[in-house]
Amino acid sequence: MTQRYSFLQLIRQALKRHEGWTPAWHSVEPKDTYDIVVVGGGGHGLATAYYLAKNHGIRNVAVIEKGWIGGGNTGRNTTIVRSNYLRDEAAHLYEYALKLWEGLSVELNFNVMFSQRGVLNLGHSLQDMRDIERRVNANRLNGIDSEVLNPSDIQEIVPLLDCSPQNRYPVLGASWQPRGGIARHDAVAWGFARAADRLGVDIVEHARVVEIPLTRGTGAVEGVVIEHEDERKFIRARKVACVTAGNSGVVAALAGLKLPIESRPLQAFVSEPLKPCLDTVVMSNAVHGYLSQSDKGDLVIGAGTDGYNGYGQRGSFEIIEETARALCELFPAFSRVRMNRQWGGIVDICPDACPIIGPMPVPGLYFNCGWGTGGFKATPGSGFVFAHTVAEDIPHPLAEPFRIERFHSGALIDEHGAAGVAH
Amino acid sequence: MLRIYCPYCESVRDEDEFHCVGEAHIKRPERPDELSDQAWGEYLHFRTNPRGEHREIWQHAVGCRQHFNVLRDTESYEIKSVYRINEEPPNVTDPDT
Ligand SMILES: Cc1cc2nc3c(=O)[nH]c(=O)nc-3n(C[C@H](O)[C@H](O)[C@H](O)COP(=O)(O)OP(=O)(O)OC[C@H]3O[C@@H](n4cnc5c(N)ncnc54)[C@H](O)[C@@H]3O)c2cc1C
Ligand SMILES: [Zn+2]
Repeated sequence: MTQRYSFLQLIRQALKRHEGWTPAWHSVEPKDTYDIVVVGGGGHGLATAYYLAKNHGIRNVAVIEKGWIGGGNTGRNTTIVRSNYLRDEAAHLYEYALKLWEGLSVELNFNVMFSQRGVLNLGHSLQDMRDIERRVNANRLNGIDSEVLNPSDIQEIVPLLDCSPQNRYPVLGASWQPRGGIARHDAVAWGFARAADRLGVDIVEHARVVEIPLTRGTGAVEGVVIEHEDERKFIRARKVACVTAGNSGVVAALAGLKLPIESRPLQAFVSEPLKPCLDTVVMSNAVHGYLSQSDKGDLVIGAGTDGYNGYGQRGSFEIIEETARALCELFPAFSRVRMNRQWGGIVDICPDACPIIGPMPVPGLYFNCGWGTGGFKATPGSGFVFAHTVAEDIPHPLAEPFRIERFHSGALIDEHGAAGVAH
Repeated sequence: MLRIYCPYCESVRDEDEFHCVGEAHIKRPERPDELSDQAWGEYLHFRTNPRGEHREIWQHAVGCRQHFNVLRDTESYEIKSVYRINEEPPNVTDPDT
C-alpha cells in the first residue's frame, strides 16, 4: 500500500528515523496482456497512464520505459512553464495545462514544487517588440494573463539584468506572464508515476520496445515486443500509445511509419549554487538563452538546439559558447559564475513547432510527440488530452487541431516564426 | 564540435563554418500539378530521421558557399563520407567503396 504524503506522515516517519518510507511505485514484471501499452515513461507517458486510469477507468495499462522513469527530456529540461502562445490552438492547449499545473501537487499528493514566479520574454529590436505586442494581444483575447513591460518595469523585476542602452542586445521591452514559472522536473515524473501506480498501472523500467508487430490482414497493432533483462517478450495490447519524444522516429519506424519530425540535441547547464539573486524566469529568443534560479541556488540555463540531427545526449560546443556569450551580455554579474554540469536531451522537432497528438494510419497505434523544445510545460495537459484521445478513440477537442493529418491538409499551427516559442 | 571536410575548399573546418540544410536525396516531384495532398505532405514534411547513418546536405555557409552531401552517423557523429551533390551516395556497408 502506498503511503499518503502529509505533514502528519512526515512527523510519524521522523519518529521512526525515516526508516519506514516505502517505494513510491512498485517494481513489476510485465504481464502478457494489457488493454493499453504506453511506450515511454517520461512525464507525458506517465501522465497519459494516470489520466487513462483516473478519467477513463482503464487500469489495465503498462508504461514501458527503456531507461528509468523521467530519464529522458523530462529530467533534462529547464522546466519553464507558461502558456502565452500566439496561435489559438496552441494557447488553448497550453493554458489548459497551466490550469492543471495550478492544482497538480494536490491532485497527485506529491509536491511538484510548481512556483509561479512569472516569465519574461525579452525583446531586443523593434521587430521583436511588434511580435511581442501582437502575441500579448492574442493572449489577452484568449483570457491568458499577459502584459507588455517597458525597460524600467523590467529593471525593477530583474535588477541584475543590464537594461542600459549600450548593451549589445538592448532590452527594449518584454512580455510578462505572472502565472508562468518553473517546477521540479523529477517530481513531476515521480508524482505521476506514483499516482498512476496507485490506480493499478504497471510501470516497467529498463524495458525497450524493439518491435511493434501488426496483424496480417487488418494491419492493426498486436502489441509490442520488449527487451527486458536480456530477454525478448511479446506483450499483447489492443492499443499502443507512443510517447517517446526524440526517439519517436525510431519507434514509428518499428510500425513502418515516417513522421514529420527531426531529432536534435538541446542543451542546458547549471552553475554552482549562488545566494538568491533571480526570482523570476528570463528568456530571450533572439539571443538563444533563458535562465532561472533553482531553489538550491544554481542558475539553470537553457541553450539552443544543434543545427543538425543527432541522438547524442550532449550537444555541440559552439552552442554553449553562443549562449554563454549572450548571457554575459545580459547579466554582466554572472560572467564569473562557474558552471557545474552540462547535458543535452534529444528533442523532437516538428516543422510548425507544435506537437502531433492522435491516431496513426495503423489501427490501434497512437502517437503523442513533436513537443520539441517546449513540452514540459504541457505535461499534465498533454496526458489529459491524449488519454481521452486513446480511450475514446476520438481526439479530445483541444487535441483535434494537432492531428498528424495537418501535414497533408496544410493546416499547420505555425508557432515557429511568430511566437516566443523557444521553451 | 564536428570537423567537416569541404570538398570544394579541400580542407577540414569547424562545424560553425557550415549550415546543415537537411536530409539529402529528397527528389522534387516531377509533376507537381498531379500530386495528391498526401504526396505533397510527404515530400515537404516527412523525414527518415534515423538513429544511425543519415545522408544530409551541408553548405559551407561562411566559406565557399557550396552545397555538398555528407553521410554521417547520428549516434556516433562519425562522418563516413563527403560527396558532391551530383554524385551517387556511397554504399558504406560495403567495405570496398
Ligand atoms: C535541455 C532541455 C531544456 C528544455 N526546456 C524546457 C522548458 O524550459 N520548458 C518546457 O516546457 N520544455 C522544455 N524542454 C522540452 C521538454 O523537456 C520535453 O518536451 C518534454 O519533457 C517531453 O516529455 P516526454 O515525456 O514526451 O519525453 P521524455 O521525458 O523524453 O520521455 C520519453 C521516454 O521514452 C523513452 N523511450 C524512447 N524510446 C523507447 C523505446 N523504444 N522503448 C521504451 N521507451 C522508450 C525514453 O527513454 C524516455 O524516457 C526542454 C528539453 C531539453 C532537452
Ligand atoms: Zn568550402
